[in-house]
Amino acid sequence: MEKQEYTITVYTENHVGLLSRIAIIFSRRKINIESLNTSPSEVDGIHRFTIVIFETEVNVKKLVRQIEKQVEVLKAYYNTPDEIVWQELALYKVSTDEIAEKVKVERLLREYGARAVVIRKDYTVFETTGHREETDKLIEVLEPFGLIEFVRSARVAIIKASSGFHEKLREFEAIHPAADSLTIEL
Amino acid sequence: MEAILEQEKSVQVTVSGSVALLESLIAENVQTIFGYPGGAIMPIYDALYDYNEQLTHILVRHEQGAIHAAQGFARASGKTGVVFATSGPGATNLVTGLADAMIDSTPVVCITGQVFSHLLGTDAFQETDVINITAPVTKWNYQVTNPEEIPAVLAKAFYIASSGRPGPVLVDITKDAQLKTFEWQGYTKCAHIRSYRPKPHVRVEFIDAAAALINSAKKPFVIFGQGVILGKAEAEFKAFIEKGGFPAAWTIMGMSALPTDHPLGVGMLGMHGNYAPNVLTNECDVLIAVGMRFDDRVTGRLDRYAKQAKIIHLDIDPAEIDKMVATTVPVWGDCKETLPLLTERLQKQDHSDWLAKFHELALKEHEVVIEQELFPESGQLTMGEVIRTVNEITNGEAIIVTDVGQHQMVACRYAKYQQSKSNITSGGLGTMGFALPAAIGAKLGAPERQVIAVIGDGGVQMTIQELGTIMQSKVPVKILILNNQFLGMVRQWQQLFHDKRYSFVNIESPDFVQVAKGYYIDGQKVSERASLRAALETMLAHQDAYLLEVMVGKENNVFPMVPQGCGVAEIRLK
Repeated sequence: MEKQEYTITVYTENHVGLLSRIAIIFSRRKINIESLNTSPSEVDGIHRFTIVIFETEVNVKKLVRQIEKQVEVLKAYYNTPDEIVWQELALYKVSTDEIAEKVKVERLLREYGARAVVIRKDYTVFETTGHREETDKLIEVLEPFGLIEFVRSARVAIIKASSGFHEKLREFEAIHPAADSLTIEL
Repeated sequence: MEAILEQEKSVQVTVSGSVALLESLIAENVQTIFGYPGGAIMPIYDALYDYNEQLTHILVRHEQGAIHAAQGFARASGKTGVVFATSGPGATNLVTGLADAMIDSTPVVCITGQVFSHLLGTDAFQETDVINITAPVTKWNYQVTNPEEIPAVLAKAFYIASSGRPGPVLVDITKDAQLKTFEWQGYTKCAHIRSYRPKPHVRVEFIDAAAALINSAKKPFVIFGQGVILGKAEAEFKAFIEKGGFPAAWTIMGMSALPTDHPLGVGMLGMHGNYAPNVLTNECDVLIAVGMRFDDRVTGRLDRYAKQAKIIHLDIDPAEIDKMVATTVPVWGDCKETLPLLTERLQKQDHSDWLAKFHELALKEHEVVIEQELFPESGQLTMGEVIRTVNEITNGEAIIVTDVGQHQMVACRYAKYQQSKSNITSGGLGTMGFALPAAIGAKLGAPERQVIAVIGDGGVQMTIQELGTIMQSKVPVKILILNNQFLGMVRQWQQLFHDKRYSFVNIESPDFVQVAKGYYIDGQKVSERASLRAALETMLAHQDAYLLEVMVGKENNVFPMVPQGCGVAEIRLK
């Protein structure tokens, strides 16, 4: 089976040490995490991890079960890129002199959907949001003009088919959960 | 203090974190603690001084001994074992036992002291990041810095350790949290954690599918593991195989869930298991796995494992389904609930022809291997005849605790068991040094039973200091050392797979009987066949602890054997 990109979404309690418990599930199996983001979710008090890895479906399924086995994890999902809406944010710091002289800033903003976050005498910080190819493209454009700093955020993703976690949480809070709070696929 | 707490539940009482901890343990019906004091856990030990009547503390000689004893206690009693250790080295000495309890699903709660919370992360004296060190080898762990959390955290710890698939839990308590006082609000047991599903929902459609598959089987074969014991489902399991007339084989961890002489019991699976169940795994048409996890020592080479069979897997842990072997029908749930549902759907069938195949192969194994291992007439003593003689004297009523290596495989192959929870061994982790401390815990967990620790000359030297615990706490365990003057299992592999290049397996031993005498424990050594039975009888009749060293053949091998990298059907008889 081919390896491909999977985005894993994990709903958890907000618990010190859980990040490390989730991380070691991957490192123990020598799987590299491409991107990892933790954030609040739509439900108050419930955290949401978004993890990107390259793996086969068989392995990603096993990983998700190992993640769900952690006491503080409520639920984990895995999705292929076409099943999610996702974005990454990137920041680019360039010399203001260079950029003002040599680049048509206006064109830049329009063509790459970039936005100037800070404009100072000595430097300017641009921001773009999008898929990896899009944020990569702007690096290429800016590099000849002396890109001083570049940073990209982890991926955040929304599952297209998901109806959120409010309903699910009610199931988990019940002493006897509904059957589908754990899914079995034959 | 506890009397006050009992009387005045409605009135608020001020207690220290340490007292809250001990009260929480009492509320969980804990009576026995295995531990070792030290700087960062001193407030707890100070509080323990006043709890002599309600809590028995067993002072071990090394923290590894404490956790193995707690494991032995849990395995023999079915209750949760409890450990106290201090911070730093005290906590790190628990790691081997935690890993062992994790892989063998043993319920243990460890309480470790920690430096003052303002010193966390400063490399303070005896500070170590025990939460992160133990994360991969605990089912759950938690650091307490506020004493008010103690009752709820302990309730959670005991609930998590013992429910679902059991496992070890560690609670690290900073010294200030042990000392600081708070208003005790009473203790409430934990029965639900919203993010934790101990038992997956039983799905009737999968029960129906599994039952239909089993009813259509011509050559059904049941393999079972410790899940039957942990689920307290021995009676349900027996009813299931008896109604279906299924041959059933056990993993090392499942051993004793079914009496070893049960007519449908066809022996042990795996690398040094019996011939018939290994060979016929690759001939059955439906393989029904109950509470076991397809360990590599059981399956051998996976791409040659039961390829012809439809697989039904009953397990409480959803992560075990499809982990090693792809299932045809998964039956998630506690086997205490799922087995009766399957049994009521079974059609009574006769599989005597199929069962006869097992007996036929068993006969072959008997002729080639077992006969001379159990009944040798000349030459050096064999490990097998020692175990056979033990069986004859105990009638299979004893708890046998084994260490790791050749003696472990021989004991598990030949020991007879009438009762469940009688075979206590380090199955998954293979921890040498496990048996001596685990036997101490087993005896305290099941004081009415005879407990025999069967240990090799290598393993016993790994935790031999626990003879001190046996001496001081007067634990009447029987220590049977099978001495072949080698690290025998490694030597066997070196002989078979490394051209007899015996690299560092030649281990010298002290005079074990003299060592025991130094701890005021009686003992003797035998090397003659003629004196074996009398020596074993003396040991087993002895009131107190006793050490018997038996000199056995130096270069005997354990057979049958599924060599590494081979399929189960390629099992070698010699």
